[in-house]
Amino acid sequence: MSAHLHAEHDVHASGHSRRGYRIGVALAIILTVIPFWLVMSGALPDPGVTAAIIFALALVQIIVHVVSFLHLDTRSEGGWTLLAFLFTAVIVVVTIGGSIWVMYHLNTNMMPMPMPDRSVAQ
Amino acid sequence: MTDHALEPRGAAVTWHHVGDDAHDHGANATVLGFWIYLMSDALIFASLFAMFGVVSTAYAGGPVPREIFDLPLVALNTALLLASSITFGQAIPHIEAGRVAPTRFWLAITGLLGLAFVGVELFEFSHLIAEGAGPQRSAFLSAFFTLVGTHGAHVTVGLIWIATMLVQLGRHGPSGEMKRRIVCLSMFWHFLDIIWIGVFTFVYLYGVLR
Repeated sequence: MSAHLHAEHDVHASGHSRRGYRIGVALAIILTVIPFWLVMSGALPDPGVTAAIIFALALVQIIVHVVSFLHLDTRSEGGWTLLAFLFTAVIVVVTIGGSIWVMYHLNTNMMPMPMPDRSVAQ
Repeated sequence: MTDHALEPRGAAVTWHHVGDDAHDHGANATVLGFWIYLMSDALIFASLFAMFGVVSTAYAGGPVPREIFDLPLVALNTALLLASSITFGQAIPHIEAGRVAPTRFWLAITGLLGLAFVGVELFEFSHLIAEGAGPQRSAFLSAFFTLVGTHGAHVTVGLIWIATMLVQLGRHGPSGEMKRRIVCLSMFWHFLDIIWIGVFTFVYLYGVLR
């Protein structure tokens, strides 16, 4: 089995087991349906909890797609695809998370500014 | 010291070996290179997501997500793109086995689903613009049209690529080059579906939630 997978890998990065692909398809559908259902039905009373759940599901779905559709594993291309992916993931988290974090606090601190009488805090 | 002067030649020999090695695994080198391209494309989308995240509540007194986003339409688009990713997966074993007709069939189905996706997205965009919720209305809408439009442009490029593969499969048959091109295209297509996970979660669902 493992030798079979390895042989396919030598030809191109795509030849993985069809079983892994089918599991990926099933998971992708489930992980897409749940967040849409949660938001469209308003099943949970707290939007904050719903938001946390849909972001967590999106993260899981991205990993499912990368593993079962893009066939990322530790062995393909001698591990270079995984290394490039992890590097990209770090930059993506820093870019998106960092921007939103910094700008949120900037906005919060800028809040009193439009009101002239409260603008001179220090 | 004089030995050091010879180093560039030594380095050139070493470089040559690396080149030879890459040549032996030509298809793999292309796949790795294409992977690196996808990662850099992911960084483009990361910056667009960051921009959208920063201005996603800057409505400028204009419409808010809850008023303008039609979730059933977004669900339809999500289903179309996910289905197209799945149908592309059906084409891969056929091109690996060198079967042209079923490969073209599944590629054509994928292309039609992608075309429907772009069509629904253009309908949504024109609807928004007609409602006065165009990209010039607020920073939120500028960022929305830039992010979702960039994704849509990628899908359109993917459609052109699919059409090219359909024609080339007819001309060249299941050659090694065609297999390599279709594997790269499948990576591109699956990548766009992954970006869409971020779009429907962060832009549409989270936008409607708050």
